[in-house]
Amino acid sequence: MAHIVSYVYILSAALFILSLKWMNSPVTARRSVLAGELGMLMAIVGTLLAFKVFNWEWILTAFFIGTAVGVPIAYIMPMTAVPQRTAMSHACGALAAALVGTAEFYRANQFHEILPTFVMVPLMLETLLGFLTFTGSLMAMGKLQEVLPQRPITYRGQNLTNFALFGIAAGLGVWLIVNPAQTWIFPIFAGLSLVFGVLLIIPIGGADMPTVIALLNSYAGLSACAMGFVLGNKMLVIAGALDGSSGLILSIIMCKAMNRSFTNVLFGAFGQLQVAHAHVEKRPVRSATPEEAASILDAASSVIIVPGYGMAVAQAQHKVRELFDSLMRRGVDVKFAIHPVAGRMPGHMNVLLAEADIPYDRLYGMEDINSEFAQCDVALVIGANDVTNPAARTDKTSPIYGMPILDVDKAHTVMVIKRSMNPGFAGIDNELYYMDKTLMLFGDAKTFVGEILKELPARAAA
Amino acid sequence: MSTDLEITLYIFMLATFLGLEVIRKVSPLLHTPLMSLTNAISAISVVGAIMITGAQGATTLSKVLGFIAITAAVTNIVSGYLITDRMLKMFKKPGGKK
Repeated sequence: MAHIVSYVYILSAALFILSLKWMNSPVTARRSVLAGELGMLMAIVGTLLAFKVFNWEWILTAFFIGTAVGVPIAYIMPMTAVPQRTAMSHACGALAAALVGTAEFYRANQFHEILPTFVMVPLMLETLLGFLTFTGSLMAMGKLQEVLPQRPITYRGQNLTNFALFGIAAGLGVWLIVNPAQTWIFPIFAGLSLVFGVLLIIPIGGADMPTVIALLNSYAGLSACAMGFVLGNKMLVIAGALDGSSGLILSIIMCKAMNRSFTNVLFGAFGQLQVAHAHVEKRPVRSATPEEAASILDAASSVIIVPGYGMAVAQAQHKVRELFDSLMRRGVDVKFAIHPVAGRMPGHMNVLLAEADIPYDRLYGMEDINSEFAQCDVALVIGANDVTNPAARTDKTSPIYGMPILDVDKAHTVMVIKRSMNPGFAGIDNELYYMDKTLMLFGDAKTFVGEILKELPARAAA
Repeated sequence: MSTDLEITLYIFMLATFLGLEVIRKVSPLLHTPLMSLTNAISAISVVGAIMITGAQGATTLSKVLGFIAITAAVTNIVSGYLITDRMLKMFKKPGGKK
């Protein structure tokens, strides 16, 4: 029986690969969930049947609790909280991998079985990555949920402390690999990994969350992959490697979209740097009422809406959909321009807009839409800031210089819904707001879009 | 002569390259569901957790650690697949007709 399960595992691995392949288009994406579920089911049932499994009461209770927790999370969680949920599931996945590694280490020691180096190396990697991703993801979750401050927390010698701590943990890991019988080292090693995870995420600001979430995703996957090496399970290696490479690709995309490197995201404390740089001076801006905004939108023939994290915070996506419907009915061509790092995780804006029933063929990525701003009548910015700042193109002294931006400033008229002139999270002044063709619409995104909507039907009747 | 370790390393290398190629083609539209899907898939570590917990003569420590690991992994599997499906259902077909 035990060798039949290897074939089941091969099928599972194939299903996981298909599952990811089908994610390349929204048309086939639903199928990909089915393939993933089937692969998982086969792997679990195969494992339970093929191996002489004892302690059923423990296993079944754990399955029951996991399901009881997982189902409500999936259905009750509002879409705006998806970044937090994702961080939480990185934490869960990493914890599972770390604990399996820990249990395996103590099991071998209990039977005075000396684990060979090729098992100890992945075991140490598994537990190191697992524990640091566990606490790191919890920190990220706290920041996203705003239980913890979103601003970077920095102190002098921070990078030095982190490097030193990591060095000690790595050193202990190597010691254990050479002397696996020194069990007393293991708790210290695990503890340091846990602490390192916290310290790694503390200095990271809210705007960098998309990259960090993707990176933690990659770590959690690699941890599971290392477990495959420890247990000699090739299907685990494949599934973990797929997850690891997925996280890696996403974080590379995020880094590129901010024109920054990994090291800069992890050790640069972006927000801090920018606050020091900020020089906010009072300059005149033009503002407009909802009535004026409505008449400009009504007269336009093409509108590009640029959503950002502010739209998510204000929960304005449903009002934005009503605006979209109303304008489309008037024959206005409405498109959405989505910057890769808009929001708090990769693809965050797309999910929110899809939730509000906006068809996905209206959502455009930065490269596809940038050439269209020059021909568009109105660009309406809702809760986005840095990704529209022309200073990224021209001002070499700006901290965001070189970051690819949406060319909102090329539209005929720009309207920006913003709560106040306070510089946003990053603390950089946005040149866009002072341009002659820019109208500032001051107010809460949801309320303001609602007021524009009230003005629109009145004009249609007139 | 290839040892088992070598074979596993080859598998790791190939799976990583395959992953990079497949994921590169995923539309940015779907990056959030992609992440919750890969999360659910990597909870395959539940297999390892089952083997630890269900081993004959497992110590209490093994059983407790394995129990927590299974609970965490199953939470990920269940919530990961369900929420991915819930998100994907929201992506309406072009044209927006319901």
